Parts: sequence; structure tokens; C-alpha cells
Amino acid sequence: MIFRKFAIGTALATLLATAGTAERGSDGALSIIYWQAPSILNPFLSGGTKEQEISSLILEPLARYDETGQLQPWLTTEVPTVANGGVSEDLTSITWKIAPGIMWSDGTAFTANDVKFTADYCMHPKGGCAQLSRFGGVTSVKVIDAMTVKVNFDQPTPFPYGPFVGAESPILQKAQFENCMGPKAQECTEQNFGPVGTGPFVVTEFRPNDVITLDASQNYRDPAKPAFATLTVKGGGDATAAGRAVMETGEFDYAWNLQLAPDVIAGMQEGGKGTPVTGFGPLVERLMVNFTDPSPDLPEGARSTRKHPHPFLTDINVRKALSLAIDRSLLVEIGYGQAGKLTCNVVPAPEAYNSSANNDCVTQDLEGAKALLDGAGWVDSDGDGVRDKDGVKLSILYQTSTNAVRQDFQALIKDWWNRIGVETELRNLDGSVFFGGDPGSPDTVQKFYADIEMYANTFNGTDPQSYLGRWRCGNEPRPETQWRGENVPRFCSRDYGALHDELSQTADLAERSRIAKALNDILMQEYAIIPLVHRGRLSAHANSLGGVKINVWDSELWNVADWYRIKSD
Amino acid sequence: MLTFTIRRLILSVPTLLFISLAIFLLLELSPGDPMAQVPLTVPPDVKEKMRQALGLGQPWHIRYWKWLVQFFWVEPLVFVDWLTGSGFSANYQRMISWQTRGPVMALVVQSLPQTMWVVAMSYVVGVLIAIPIGIYSAYRHYSIFDQSGTFITMVGFSIPPFFTGPLMIVIFAVQLGWLPSTYNTVHKVLDWDSFVIQLKQMVLPIMVLSLQTTAQISRYMRSSMLDNLKQDYVLTARAKGLSEWIVVMVHALRNSMIPVVTVIALGIPSVFGGAIITENVFKVNGLGYQLLIALFASDIPTVMTFTFIFAVLIVFFNLVADILYGVLDPRIRYE
Amino acid sequence: MSNLSVGNIPAAPPSSRWRDIWSRFKRHKGAVIGGGGLIFITLFVLIGPCIWTLEATRIDIRARDMRPIYTALWNGDAKIGWTHPLGTDQLGRDLLSQMIEGGRTSLAVGWASMILALVLGTLVGVLSGFFNRLDFWLMRFTDLVLSLPILPLLLVAVTLFRQPLRTNFGPETGMFILIVGVVGLTSWMQTARIVRADVLVLKERDFIQATRSIGTRPFGIITRHLLPNVLSPIMVSATLGLATAIITESALSFLGVGFPSDFPTWGKLLADAVQRMEEYPERVFLPGIAISLTVLAVNFLGDGLRDALDPRIRGR
Repeated sequence: MIFRKFAIGTALATLLATAGTAERGSDGALSIIYWQAPSILNPFLSGGTKEQEISSLILEPLARYDETGQLQPWLTTEVPTVANGGVSEDLTSITWKIAPGIMWSDGTAFTANDVKFTADYCMHPKGGCAQLSRFGGVTSVKVIDAMTVKVNFDQPTPFPYGPFVGAESPILQKAQFENCMGPKAQECTEQNFGPVGTGPFVVTEFRPNDVITLDASQNYRDPAKPAFATLTVKGGGDATAAGRAVMETGEFDYAWNLQLAPDVIAGMQEGGKGTPVTGFGPLVERLMVNFTDPSPDLPEGARSTRKHPHPFLTDINVRKALSLAIDRSLLVEIGYGQAGKLTCNVVPAPEAYNSSANNDCVTQDLEGAKALLDGAGWVDSDGDGVRDKDGVKLSILYQTSTNAVRQDFQALIKDWWNRIGVETELRNLDGSVFFGGDPGSPDTVQKFYADIEMYANTFNGTDPQSYLGRWRCGNEPRPETQWRGENVPRFCSRDYGALHDELSQTADLAERSRIAKALNDILMQEYAIIPLVHRGRLSAHANSLGGVKINVWDSELWNVADWYRIKSD
Repeated sequence: MLTFTIRRLILSVPTLLFISLAIFLLLELSPGDPMAQVPLTVPPDVKEKMRQALGLGQPWHIRYWKWLVQFFWVEPLVFVDWLTGSGFSANYQRMISWQTRGPVMALVVQSLPQTMWVVAMSYVVGVLIAIPIGIYSAYRHYSIFDQSGTFITMVGFSIPPFFTGPLMIVIFAVQLGWLPSTYNTVHKVLDWDSFVIQLKQMVLPIMVLSLQTTAQISRYMRSSMLDNLKQDYVLTARAKGLSEWIVVMVHALRNSMIPVVTVIALGIPSVFGGAIITENVFKVNGLGYQLLIALFASDIPTVMTFTFIFAVLIVFFNLVADILYGVLDPRIRYE
Repeated sequence: MSNLSVGNIPAAPPSSRWRDIWSRFKRHKGAVIGGGGLIFITLFVLIGPCIWTLEATRIDIRARDMRPIYTALWNGDAKIGWTHPLGTDQLGRDLLSQMIEGGRTSLAVGWASMILALVLGTLVGVLSGFFNRLDFWLMRFTDLVLSLPILPLLLVAVTLFRQPLRTNFGPETGMFILIVGVVGLTSWMQTARIVRADVLVLKERDFIQATRSIGTRPFGIITRHLLPNVLSPIMVSATLGLATAIITESALSFLGVGFPSDFPTWGKLLADAVQRMEEYPERVFLPGIAISLTVLAVNFLGDGLRDALDPRIRGR
């Protein structure tokens, strides 16, 4: 009798396994190269993408996004919605039902207590959890029974899929991390270097910033997976070397984030050992326009603050002319190739939120830009090739971080702006300073001691509400807030704020997408943010590696359990 | 000589303390931020909480004191524990890296072997090639050997490793497919075959690195040897009827080694910190690479510890060089 | 160049020291080649822009990725044209004018920081080797500078000094001063140590003891007797220093703390082209060769100068 039960179980499991004939560990070794090596395997202590992706081999969330951006139940039976009763009618709570039979890699059962523990771990005020914003608005997490857990929010939350969803907030094992709460989180080296998870692989050795070796988990829920018995993740080098190691020498099976110029990628592909793959999320390379005066003549504390409006960028005609002068299709072609797309929006994805109202930005119009400036009274009165008005010259300091593609963009844009009579000085800054946010440094994104700055940004998951909330009045970095704040252009519009309030109270998806598009359109038509390129993620896999589905909404390695070796016989 | 050595050793303690303070203040002043690599999607107030959790809210002198205690007291205790199995260090907080949340010393221990295999080996190879080249170039001054040696070493020196490294990879790993482009740090040498694999993966980085060493040291060796071959004592030795070998290799060489020993000894610390680019190109992930990563992540405890170890090595090898002068040249007096 | 003019005056006494040096320098084949090469390179970057008037930073996107003229020898289909004899880069900037423009900056940065480092290094080395009282402190100071991590040092220097220098001297000159200062101030230590080692040995030699015993002042001993004798290590440091300075500058620009991105230098041209070295080898080789040739020229020149100035050979 027992035997028969077992046989049925096995048969069911085999049915569930899509690969069918494969057996766990039958495809030998898989090797992955991440040129930026992970330094820790606990995603709650590092906000970095590289750490999140590698830890997703081991740790899993309750639900995750698939390659199309749809939520899929992962450790649960279904994704809770209002329709199936998982989300309460007043939108203040969500109830997750854990799928039966899930085990930690050490053989113990996965229960609702682990889920609650993860919330407590991250929400501890002294823990320094990098994913704290995922738990924003959560008042309590309640264990209903061993397989059911309920998350309560302090207000109606139309999008309750923050906690426990995606690679950013997977579930930690309570038994392992129990003594690592709060300040102790930083000292639990052993746990942070080798978390126990429910995922397809188990860490055998972790060398920070260098190599991680993993074995297939013997307690993974699908007995036929993963197809690989061991996995090695190597770090170090740069994107060029990583691309070469997959596509030209064939030393590795998968290389992550190859941010390289298209001709370089094409050259590598001729090596014939691998294929580049791309996916597009909401990542946009953009120019931020400074609405305030960054002049060094102003005293410290008054520079780049709303007290001093910018001498010429507050004129919408100037901002519009700067945008008109840019040939976006050339930027895509030169800088990103197949890893870039044209966009005229700051929210280009998911498709439901992509506005079509600004599409005319795709054609460059130098004459139009010149006419616009002429019409607004910006003419070259002293014959030095630079337009001016009332003694103010159109002279721009344009800064960005150091990166080959960004420097090419700077050179091109400087050239276009020179042609419409705008003088440009370029500056590039080391990324650790530029993105550092150190209030003592003059060179950060937030301080914005320049007229224009360029960088890329995105949002997690598929909902743009909090992302669009960045550009509301009062959210600008300023001395009173130690230069913290996300409204980098210092844009301020009452209509924008009112519309955003409306968005945060709307639950209907169609209505949400209409409002989000309208918010995006305000930013675009005010030219507070000038989008340049919709950037994708480009990775490469060996031709012999099957099952790769690049995913920009979650970890790239989200379906590593389904990867297999293509047999060539 | 012994009193000189002891005195210098004692005096080096305050020197090192001062150096550590200077490094710490420099790192404090520099504008990098440990949160720079956290994506922009993480809100600023969460970043601030993460900073607080790392202890960044404390004033600098307290953090400096903590670092001193950890480096000079806690870490040696951990080492003693490791040697003897005792438990002295159990109650102390070790030095924690901000990137890995693990002990900094573990990073040092992890990356030391590959640095020794590759960087130190290439230094030895470089020096062993450079000295004979330098001697022979000087002895056959302006011969074809000398001229071509000059040419090759100068070309080698003036081309940076960020170019020679990828060039070697394109030639030997991509086109010919003879050698791997990646250094496997977890490879274990167990038998002859695995030793051959180890040798193969060492060839490219060692080639690139020793080119720089050879160029530099052979130049100094040649010029120093030239100076000495013109000296009267060399004439005297020849006049006495000594063989050319003895004249050059014993009399002239010993004197010409004095400045060269300085260069060699001073180059040794750079073995532990200087090969950053080459380590990165071949993914050796040794000490230089770890330091670079830590610098970009503004991981102050790690940068501090690595540079301080570096400083200790510099001070130590300076002392060694000074003592060697005395050995090589009895005329130098230490008073 | 003063020795040049001296050599041309026929009335000069035949036993003039400088004339003597000049005549020996002339006979030194390597020195003449090196000097000639250096003059050629200098003229190339100085007069070049007058002959080849194309602007180095001009972007011509239609003419991008052109190959040098000589590619036609083995590849008839290559995209070439006499408008860009050395080809163009991925944005269509002319490589020849970039080489000329970049050479100006690289040579200026190279020479200025090499001389700065040399003067500092020699000064510290001689003082430290000659005066026992100073030795300890100067050498500990050298240790300190040697052990400072360069990257944070750079970031601090850039943060502290960029704005004042930029307002006082303009963006380019300001950056030039900053880079020369940074490279010079972080590369004198090697020279100092080596000069000190030589001075330690020299000052125990009989001829120095003799000069000391006849009451020559320390300043006189150093300038008249010590410096000429430590010339050869200084010369080696100088040639190595020039290459190091040019390359350090490129590494700085690479890290984003150097010149603005639209400001070509040899080192930066080389660094930017490494990615594409299989498709466009000329973009790495041309600047690479330029750097090597400069360093070689200085090296040969240094060899010749040392022989010409060596007081031992001079009398014979």
C-alpha cells in the first residue's frame, strides 16, 4: 500500500516535470560568469542586483514574475487577488496559501512561520535591511495556520505584491536566521554566506567577490530537477572578458549583463560558441534637467535649491529645443544595438503603462529646435556661436558617470547642442561618487551641481506608482534633508501631485494605467526628464545551454531549475 | 648592525600608527559612499538605515579606535585561537567588511594563495630574466643585444597591461585556443595533470606581469652595471689578471647590485597591491582585485586593512633594503 | 637647447665644457636618433594642427568606423578614404587629428609630471642620503606616501581642488594642473629611494671625503660632486617616469578623474580602443606605438646625455 502511494507520487512528479525524461543532476556541471562578483548571499543585506540574482539560486519568494511580467505562484498554490478572495475587499490585507510538500534544502518543512520570520527580520529597526521599502505600509504579518499567512497593511493597498514577491524579498529559514535579528544581522557571516533555501541549489563553498560553488539540492520539490549536478559562479574581470569567455572561448555557459557596444557584441557572436539574449524592463537612460541654479557663485546650501530658479532651463522652449536636437535612433544604434529601443517615455514598460502621446520625439529636428530658440528670443547677439538673451548665455554643464557608452553619448549630444547654438561642457564622475549620495561630496546625483545630468533608472516589479511619486513637490534633495530625496530635476507641479494622489487611491487596473500614462505625459511634455534610450538587459548563453528565458522583472536566473544541456548527437 | 635593526623595528611602530591614521583620515575625507552600489530603486531613507547598521553614524575617532583594537588585538587573538584551538577571541567583534559582512581577514586569507601563485611568481620570473639581461647589456654596451633588449623592454614597459592582457587573450585563448583566459581559483593541484592545468592558467598573467618587472629592473641593472664597469677598481681587477667572469660577476656585480636591490626590495610590496589590472583581466581575484572592489564599494574597513598591510610590507622591505646595503657595501655606516 | 647655440659660435674657446659635451653627444648614434625622434614627435604634435586642420572632436557619424588607407593593401572592400588617412573611430572622429591633439596633451602631461616627480624625488633622495639627521624623517615620509591608496587620494584631490582650479584657470588648464600635480606627487618615491641609495654609497667615497675635508659646503658638494654622479639612475627614472606618467594619465581618465571625455590623449585613445582591438587593431596600435616611440626616444637621448656628461669619460 505504502509502496503504491509512493509510486503514484513519483508518477505525478514525473508528469509535472516538463523536461520529462531528464533526471536530477544528469547534465553535469553548469558554469556562469558574473563579471561583478557577489559579495554576500543574503539579499536583505545588499541591495545589489548581483547579490539578488545569485541568491535566487538558493532562496525563493512566495510568487515571482515570469519573463512576460506576469505574477506566477512559486511556493504558493495561487496568486491572491480580490477575485479569488486572497486580497480583502478593502484592499488592506493579503492572504497567501503555501503549496504543500515544500522542503528546505536541509530536509525540514517550509511553513508560514518562516514567512512571518522573514518579515520580522527585515522590518527590525536596527537590521539595516536593504529591502525595507518592500515592506512599506505593512502593519503585521499573521500566521493563520502552518500553511497560511496573512499580511496586513495600514491603508488600502491596490498593489499588495511588495513583500515576499520577486528576487528582492525571498523567504529566509527561521531556524537558521533566528539569532541574526537586528544589529546581529551584520555579524552572522556563516548564515549570510550560506543561507538554507528552498531553491534548486545548495551552497557548498562561497568565496566573496570570487567563486561560488553549488550542488543540486536533494530536497528540491521536483525530483527531476535541476538537470545540473553542480553549478559554479565565477566573478571578476569586465563585461568584455565575460562575453568573450562565453561566446568566443566557450569556457562558460552563461554571462550576465554584457553592457557593450553593439559592434563589439556582434564581433563576439562570430566566435560561434554562444548567443546573446535581451529582455526589456522599465530601465530608461535619461537626461535630468535642473530647474534650479547650480552656479558655483551661489553660497553652499543655496546652490541647486528651489530658492534660486535656473537662469534659462526654466524656459520650456530651451528644454524642448534640447530634446528636439537629439537623434535617439542614432543613440540606440551606437550605444546599445539590440539591447536598446526608442522611447519617448520615462515609463516605457510594462506595455499597459507605455504612453503613445509623445511619440514624435523619435525624429531629430535641428531646424525646429533653432526656430524654437529664435522665437523665444534666444539669439546669438555677440557672434560667438552661443545663443544668449539679456546677458545670459546658453552654456550647459553636462555630467554623468564614467562609462564608455555614456561618454560616447555625451560627445554626440554635445555636438548636436553645439549645432543649435548651445555651448556644452562635459564632465564625467566616478560611479562610486556620482551614485554614492554622500552629502559631503559635490558630485552626487542628488546634489546636481550641473545643468544636465544623465543616468539610467528603473523600478522594481510592474507597478510604477511609487516610481512616479518621486517627482512630486517637496521630494527634491535639499540641504534640510541632507540632500536626500528623489525628485532630482526639482520639478514641481500641483496638477502632478493631485493626479498622483488619485493614482494611489485607484484599484482598477485600466484606470490606473490611464492615470500613470497621464503622469508620464506631464513629465515628458514639461521636458523635466528627457528620455534617451529604453535599455534592455543583455546576457549571453552558450549554444549548448537550453531553457534560458531572460527575465527583467525578476532574477535572470529565475528558472535555472529548468535549464538543461542540449545534447548534440 | 643588530642594534640598528632593533632600533629601526621599534621606531617603525609609531611610524605605522601614524600611517594608519593618515590612511583612515584620507578615506574619511574621500567622497565615496558604501551605498553607491545599492541601486537607485532603494529609497534614501532605507539607505540611511543601512548606513546606521554598519556603524557609520559614530564619530570618526571612535571608529578609528575600534579599528585599531580589532587589528592589533582581536585579529591576533583569532590567529592564536586558530593555531591552538583556544577560545580567547570568542567575545570580541571581529573586523567586518561592509560588502560581505564577513571578517576582512577571511578575505585576505582567501585571496592570498592566488596572489602568491601568480603575482609573486611573475615577480620572481621577471627579476630572474631582468638581471642577466641587464648585466649582459651593460657588458656588451651598444651591441645588437643591448639595443634590441632596450627596444623590447621599453616597448613592453610603455604599453599598459590593460592592452597587453586582452591582446594575449585574443591571441592565445581565442585564436589559438591553447590557454584559458580565466584563472580558476578553486583549482586544486593534486597530481601531475592538475599541475599542468595550473601551469597553463598561470602562463598568460605571468607573461603580462613579468614584462613590466623585467623592463624596469633590467634598465636599472644595466645602468648601474655601466657605471661600475667604468670604475677604477674594475681596471685594477683586470690589471691583476683576474678572469673576465670574476671581474664582472664578482667585483662589478656586487657593487652594481646596491641600487638594484633597492628597486627589487621596493617592488615586493607592490606584488601585493600593484597587479590590480592584470588580476582583473585574467580574473585571478587576488589581493589587488579585492582592494579595487572594496575601493569602488567604499568599503572602508577592507580598504583600511588592505592598505595598512601594504604599508607594513613597505616599511618592512625598506628596512630589509637598508640592511642589505650594509651587507653589500661595508663602507656604509649605521650610526 | 642652449648647447646647440653654443656649438654654433665659432669664436668659442676650443676647450669649452659645453662644446666638449656637445661634440661627444653628436658622436653618440643613439642619442642623435633619440633626439631627432623626439624633435620629430614634438613638431608633429605642435605644427600638426596647422597642416591637418580637421578638428579632433568633430563628429561625423556617416564617416564612422573608417579604416586607415593602408588597409586597402590587403582588403579591397575596406571603408577607406583620403579624407581620413588613419581612419575614424566609432563616432566618426578623425584618428589622425585625434593622434595629434592627444599627443599634445600626453606629451605635456608626461613631461611636466615627470619633471615634477624627478625634481621632488632627487631633492628628497639627496637630502635624505646626505644628511643623516633628515634621513629618518624623510624616509618615513616616503613610506607614508608610498602606502597611501592612490584612488581615494585622487578622489579627495579632485573633490577638493577641481572647483577652485576650474574657476581660476578654466576647465582644461585647471584639469591639466590637477593631473600633473597628482601624477607628479604620487610617483617621486621610487626615484627618491634610488637616489638615496646611491648617495649613501657615494658620500663614503674618497673624493667626497676629500672635498669635505677642504671645507666645501654641503650645497657645493651636492651640486658639484654628488648630482653628476647620480645622474644615471635619475636618467633611468626619467625615461620610466615619462611612460608611467602618460599611462597614469590614461588610467585616471579611464576612472573618470582625468580630462573630460571629449579631450583626447594617447593613453585614453588606447584605453578606449581595447574593446575593439580585433576589428580595428589600428586604434590600439597607433597610440601604443606613439607612446612607445616617445619613451624610446627619451631613453636613447638619456643614454647619450649620460655618456656626454660623465666627467670620467670627458677628460679622455
